[in-house]
Amino acid sequence: MKANLVDARGRSCPEPVLLTKKALTLYKDGVDVLVDNITARENIKRFATNLGYKVNVKENGQDILIEIRKE
Amino acid sequence: MGSKKSIIINGLIVGLLSVLLVKYGNPVNMGICIACFIRDTVGGLGLHRAEVVKYVRPEIIGIVLGAFLMSYGKKEFQSRGGSSPLTRFVLGFIVMVGALMFLGCPLRMVLRLAGGDLNALFGIIGFAAGIGLGIIFLNKGFTLKRTYNLNKVEGFIFPVINIVLLVLLISGSAVLIFSQKGPGSQHAPILLALVVGLIVGAYAQRTRLCMVGGIRDLILFKDWYLISGFLAIFVAALLGNIAFGFFKLGFVGQPVAHTDGLWNFLGMALAGFGSVLLGGCPMRQIILAGEGNIDSVITILGMAVGAAFAHNFKLASSAQGPTVNGKIAVIIGFIVVALIGYFNIERSVDFKVKGDVNIEG
Repeated sequence: MKANLVDARGRSCPEPVLLTKKALTLYKDGVDVLVDNITARENIKRFATNLGYKVNVKENGQDILIEIRKE
Repeated sequence: MGSKKSIIINGLIVGLLSVLLVKYGNPVNMGICIACFIRDTVGGLGLHRAEVVKYVRPEIIGIVLGAFLMSYGKKEFQSRGGSSPLTRFVLGFIVMVGALMFLGCPLRMVLRLAGGDLNALFGIIGFAAGIGLGIIFLNKGFTLKRTYNLNKVEGFIFPVINIVLLVLLISGSAVLIFSQKGPGSQHAPILLALVVGLIVGAYAQRTRLCMVGGIRDLILFKDWYLISGFLAIFVAALLGNIAFGFFKLGFVGQPVAHTDGLWNFLGMALAGFGSVLLGGCPMRQIILAGEGNIDSVITILGMAVGAAFAHNFKLASSAQGPTVNGKIAVIIGFIVVALIGYFNIERSVDFKVKGDVNIEG
């Protein structure tokens, strides 16, 4: 499935979460977020889950793709 | 990791161990204080002239090494850096100036309150206000830009520096200068302080415990995760202080504190403002530095230089209260942080459609 992608690699927290928040206000059905550190992964997972989204994480080397979808 | 239970346990451990360190010799309400201990270490290396605050604090060394070992073991150690280094240095410097106006980092602020020091209330209100101010910039798109992967060896340098400091300390090297009186002369045994540091560093590396992050996430995302750790520190230190008889409620005569409410407020507001733009409180910066984050190392160097200047230029407060120089420095600090905030706002954020970026699912 094609989805809007937020590239938050290299950003330190809370920026990846803020970018995700901004993206989710624009695309309410969900977005993909690309990060490269575990703190950002955990924070985004927690943030999206708290909002009631379904979260799926794929890791490829250092890159972590977080798929956030409406249930 | 990530569970609220583990960060609450983390907070309880930090609170209790802090009181334990006071029991075994650290200054009262200063079981752990990142700002004070960086300042003491800087003094121990002879880089400032305040005779009463010189000692190489093993707690800091322990926290760095604890975070290093834990992140390495968990394969989370990453050498990275390059995210606006000089800006971070300046912010670290200013955070230290704010903390030394109040006389404590955010962690000590909580410990002071848990010891009955009501002056810390002004600090906490200021701290929250400073974080709120910083959040305005975050919401407008403030960023210190991205960080980059670096050679792994780069990330080892800071832990190695700390090992060297530890060797100098344990060997009783004459190059280090220790206070004969005042807060710098009060310290727990080296081994105990080191072990406490290791435990705190290792545990907080897992939970991401952060004082600034607690209030920030609560305001920004209504997320209670980090602040639960913050509250747990308070509860544990409060109970510990009562149990050991350190608890003394009031404003006047509190240890290593002054009673100027306005400047306690402004000092911590500046520390909160600067820290939120840095992405974490001084303790969190120490943990990140242990994980190989060079941006945090630069921030700590900024705090260290800030501490040296704060004492050489008489910016730091004392039990008698703030100094004129300190007040001027705090006001300049607010202006500089606001300018840094303004000039680092990124006005457009791109959302790409998947396919533009190489990622294999």
